[in-house]
Amino acid sequence: MSAPNKSAATLPLDIILRFGLVINATMVFIPLLFIINSSFRSSSDLFVNPLGLPNSFDLTNYKLVLTEGDFARYFLNSVIVTFTSLVLVLFFGACAGYALARYQFKWNNFFYLFFLAGLLIPAKLALVPLFIQLKNMGLLDSRIGLILVYSAGAIPAAVFIFTGFIRALPIDLDNAARIDGASEFQVFRRIMLPLIFPVMGIVGIYSAIPIWNDFLLPLVFIRDNSKMTIMQGISVFFGEYGANWGALFAGLTLAALPLVILYIILSGQFIKGLTAGATKG
Amino acid sequence: MTVKRKKVTSYQKPWIILFLAPALILTSMFTIVPAISLLSYSFYSWTSFKRTGWAGLDNFQKLTQFPFKDDFVGAFQNNVLVFLILFLTQTSLGLFFALGIYRLRKGKKFFQAIIFLPVILSLVIVAFMWKLFLDPLFGPVNTFAMQMNWQWLNQPWLGDPNMAIFVLIFIGLWRWVGFPAIIFLAGMNSINEDYIEAARIDGASELQIFRKIMFPLLAPSFTIIAILTFIGAFEWFELPYIIGGVTGQPGGHTTTMALLFYRLAFGTIDSSTVDVGLSSAVGVILFLFVGFGAAIGSIYLRRREVQQ
Repeated sequence: MSAPNKSAATLPLDIILRFGLVINATMVFIPLLFIINSSFRSSSDLFVNPLGLPNSFDLTNYKLVLTEGDFARYFLNSVIVTFTSLVLVLFFGACAGYALARYQFKWNNFFYLFFLAGLLIPAKLALVPLFIQLKNMGLLDSRIGLILVYSAGAIPAAVFIFTGFIRALPIDLDNAARIDGASEFQVFRRIMLPLIFPVMGIVGIYSAIPIWNDFLLPLVFIRDNSKMTIMQGISVFFGEYGANWGALFAGLTLAALPLVILYIILSGQFIKGLTAGATKG
Repeated sequence: MTVKRKKVTSYQKPWIILFLAPALILTSMFTIVPAISLLSYSFYSWTSFKRTGWAGLDNFQKLTQFPFKDDFVGAFQNNVLVFLILFLTQTSLGLFFALGIYRLRKGKKFFQAIIFLPVILSLVIVAFMWKLFLDPLFGPVNTFAMQMNWQWLNQPWLGDPNMAIFVLIFIGLWRWVGFPAIIFLAGMNSINEDYIEAARIDGASELQIFRKIMFPLLAPSFTIIAILTFIGAFEWFELPYIIGGVTGQPGGHTTTMALLFYRLAFGTIDSSTVDVGLSSAVGVILFLFVGFGAAIGSIYLRRREVQQ
């Protein structure tokens, strides 16, 4: 009979399961390591012997990508767009979540359903109307246009998470502050914001990663090279340097690196944040 | 919630408006209004991005006729194929890996982090990476196969019309399998250990425990994964776009509904062949199909969930 505690015995089942996990880990790492390895090799070297190791720690490819590939600019654009959208989502999302959670006004349920509708509509499918709308507003080829669309896409989910969290907080806190003479905004800023700070991390990751990784919106809305984001930039780069494999590998590594480094440091939070909504509690 | 909320005072009213306004305005302007516009666009005929006249249901009808019918049906069939294969492989592998991590004594965090790593990568990076990795001439897979003289591995993986879509699905699986694994793992962790202990004391085998206790209690995780896979599979865009191009190479065999939708509105250099009405019709169909499919699916799947 098997042991009373699952941690006491290694069964044949466990051996199969662990073998599977190791195979999977290998499958995850091989392509990634291959990209990094190849990024230090010259294209001619790569074409002669695709499977070889680098001769020396050669940074030529990286130099080319950084000087000719406009990567610094793409990267900066992505940082600007993602960060600004994130600030808007967190602040406006928290404000709206606070209002829906704390004030029992007439339209409360209607607005709640309104955000629910927003949550269910994928921005992808409204691409053509968005394109025409941004064109009329003069916001095509503009980072502001991207920021507005991204924030609008992420706000409904943020409102839901914040509303749920604030509802669970004792309302006496707000009322005590009110008795002490705090205005409604002060109640929000001094009492609520510090309390919802931990959820901000989850909402932040949940909103920011898809924005950073997005490709479709800039593909349609941005034509000007100086305003492209990193994921769009890498596709342009692949078009221009298609024959220079060393440079392609270096470009891919550079494009993936920032998020992978963040993930190595914060993997727990990433997993929690990106599965928020799919797992309860 | 049963938190008692007092009636709103007239002093609070402007504050409520101020708190809600920015989120409401952004969501309506860039999500709700464009979605409604999409519906209306599909009932008009268009020349480039200018509306030219009422078309009724013409756009929808055009999709059932030559030359669009083949594209439309082909794309839809591919989406169905993507959904079915991804759903089967993702759920079974996800469950397998989740159980593996759940039963680990050491290194849970490590394997959790590894299995989830591809999920955080942009599809753009994943797609380009595999495109290079599977290159028939200079890619490592084919080079290795050639050196070993393994003909079965030395295939034009992304260039063979019969195989390309399956290779794309495999890449999608590589990227996404960590997600169901983590969801199932969270579901397993939330199962009360007492049930499992009690079954062990009664002499149940580990496989019986998995089948009879854990599996039924994982139904809520199962529902979420099914719905998200369904939505994801029918909105498949980045992977086929980057690997197969806007026309779904080789020979249109990797085309999808989202790709068709994009191609009709933005996919051609010559703006005279753009058909916004037709593209919107595809968008509306896709939206309704995904919306109703997800709703019906979640109602049906929720009903079979059991309470702990």
